[in-house]
Amino acid sequence: MDILRFATAGSVDDGKSTLIGRLLYDSKSIFADQLEAVERTSRDRGEDYTNLALLTDGLRAEREQGITIDVAYRYFATPRRKFIIADTPGHIQYTRNMVTGASTADLAVVLVDARNGLTEQSRRHAFLATLLRVPHMVLAVNKMDLVDYDVEVFERICAEFSAFAARLQVGDLTFVPVSALHGDNVVARSANMPWYDGPSLLHHLERVHIASDRNLIDVRFPVQYVIRPHAATDAALHDYRGYAGQVAGGVLRPGDEVLHLPSGFSTTIRAIEAAGTAVPEAFAPMSVTLLLNDDVDISRGDMICRPNNRPAAAQDIEAMVCWMSSERVLAPRTRLVVKHTTRTVKAIVTDLHYRIDVNTLHRDESAAQLGLNEIGRVRLRLTQPIFCDPYARNRATGGLILIDETTNATIGAAMITEAG
Amino acid sequence: MHPDYQMSQLDVLESEAIHVMREVAAEFERPVLLFSGGKDSIVMLALAERAFWPARIPFPVMHVDTGHNFPEVIEFRDRRVAELGVRLVVASVQASIDAGRVVEETGRHASRNRLQTVTLLDAIEEHRFDALFGGARRDEEKARAKERVFSFRDEFGQWDPKNQRPELWNLYNTRLHRGEHIRVFPLSNWTELDIWSYLERESLEIPVIYFAHQRQVFERDGLLLADNPYVPRGEDEPLFDALVRYRTVGDMTCTGAVSSTAATMAEVITEVAATRITERGQTRADDRTSEAAMEDRKREGYF
Repeated sequence: MDILRFATAGSVDDGKSTLIGRLLYDSKSIFADQLEAVERTSRDRGEDYTNLALLTDGLRAEREQGITIDVAYRYFATPRRKFIIADTPGHIQYTRNMVTGASTADLAVVLVDARNGLTEQSRRHAFLATLLRVPHMVLAVNKMDLVDYDVEVFERICAEFSAFAARLQVGDLTFVPVSALHGDNVVARSANMPWYDGPSLLHHLERVHIASDRNLIDVRFPVQYVIRPHAATDAALHDYRGYAGQVAGGVLRPGDEVLHLPSGFSTTIRAIEAAGTAVPEAFAPMSVTLLLNDDVDISRGDMICRPNNRPAAAQDIEAMVCWMSSERVLAPRTRLVVKHTTRTVKAIVTDLHYRIDVNTLHRDESAAQLGLNEIGRVRLRLTQPIFCDPYARNRATGGLILIDETTNATIGAAMITEAG
Repeated sequence: MHPDYQMSQLDVLESEAIHVMREVAAEFERPVLLFSGGKDSIVMLALAERAFWPARIPFPVMHVDTGHNFPEVIEFRDRRVAELGVRLVVASVQASIDAGRVVEETGRHASRNRLQTVTLLDAIEEHRFDALFGGARRDEEKARAKERVFSFRDEFGQWDPKNQRPELWNLYNTRLHRGEHIRVFPLSNWTELDIWSYLERESLEIPVIYFAHQRQVFERDGLLLADNPYVPRGEDEPLFDALVRYRTVGDMTCTGAVSSTAATMAEVITEVAATRITERGQTRADDRTSEAAMEDRKREGYF
């Protein structure tokens, strides 16, 4: 059994909470006491139906305001897969939350109300999912019951979305007509839409192939921690130096020749250990310890790769930035702290090329700054090089977070488009 | 070895937790691991052992001791800590009461559960801990479902759920000012079933009270509470013998047992997979106070 992480974006109006509630309920992942609590609260609030949104809205403020504010993570499993849902709010003022949820997702579910067709919001969700390079996307056309399960409505929305998706770089796109309220095509195939011969949403989530989404070609091992036992009593451990970290790309095996950055020194892998045992190979996202055949001075923040396949060692990077601060703006000359893999460096914004309108994709080249939830393309100058790849090539070596030097708040996320 | 380079869900969760632990060891000066002797903290300690092997775990463990523990759990705690050669810090709620820092609750529902927060925050200040590993999982409770893996606390130990640091990819913002700290939850993405499956796969030992045993219990608000010297029992709450096990292990005053015949790990897993009630709902009186009981306690600095 493996894990599929997927993000859902949308508001109560789209039926997102109902859809998640339906997935959890029909896969028997809601517990009796949780359902009881929701039923009780719904009754107390004078609602005449069991409001499944109450299952997902965990904070007092969310229940009071009837909205989802933050990313909530939910878990369910079927015999085939374990699922982690990043349930994110859909409104534009929560773009940063959706970006956060999408950063680790294998798949994004974009919800559309069949009665309204594509809206500004669904276009924005699709854009953000592709910006974060979520490899798979499902357009769930919801509330099919309210359009009499009409195949023409479904096909019109699919065609419109396909035309829009062609302007983005959507990897794998699947369309599913559903009614979350009645359960059509959510877990089981619906008898109400005989014209649809595709899988139910859950069937697709259970089977979508994600193993090859990872980069298994470019060996990238950011050194996270050096393990040195300092056990004077145990001679066998006296010379132990293990380089611990989480594989960010490629496949490593004992005997492989590897290159250390920044030194440029080459050596070979003597052994790989995972959770205290020797393993024959390592790939993303395994946390392992590498033992090398030569004594090289390696510390946290360094990178291990292959001699003829190196990341860029870049001090100037071009990146798409999602700005997440309500306290300050991003503009040329803004100073920041950047965390990339296991390396933290200082940075200054040298240029803001444009701000992108997340609803229309229009690029505003006259923009002088980015405010909260705004996205734009910037150039950053770093105090030290980072070992990176374009985000499109590798999410782990192409993504970075931006931190405020004074308040220590996380104020942005950046995806590298070009390095060097 | 790995057809298609796939990893099982337990391998993915294990790698993620080890990454989190190494990140803390690398970036903080004074981390500590909260260890209660419960199953989640047992998994956490095992992960710490694996993350730094063959070196010793590079931080101490701390137990916030309400004084109302199951003796089997304390025995287990002391043995495990000795095996691993880690330093144990005990923060005692009784000491906080004796020092006048907190006042003991009285009455039938008296519990030291809430008092733990003061003891915990005092210990953080005394030892100047800057990162605390906790075994909380997001599937436990809906306020926890919204919490970050690296959860920032201000100088008063408070959690501000509406102003959390965005957390992207596997990049964790570990920066702090003096007096602030981070609660770190390496098991955030684990479910109760994952914990049991991992305990079984790794053959980890757990306190015996997790398996079915005969015990004198009484019923209160639908919970089976153990006969113990810390809970005043009403006349309408007669003791009876029952075959029970614990799904969670906390303070004796608020942790209920469940009727069960599961005497082995495999039998427990079968029961957990089939249960229709959440573990906190079935076994914890402390979460039943209100819809936002957990959120309110967390804001004040509770785990």
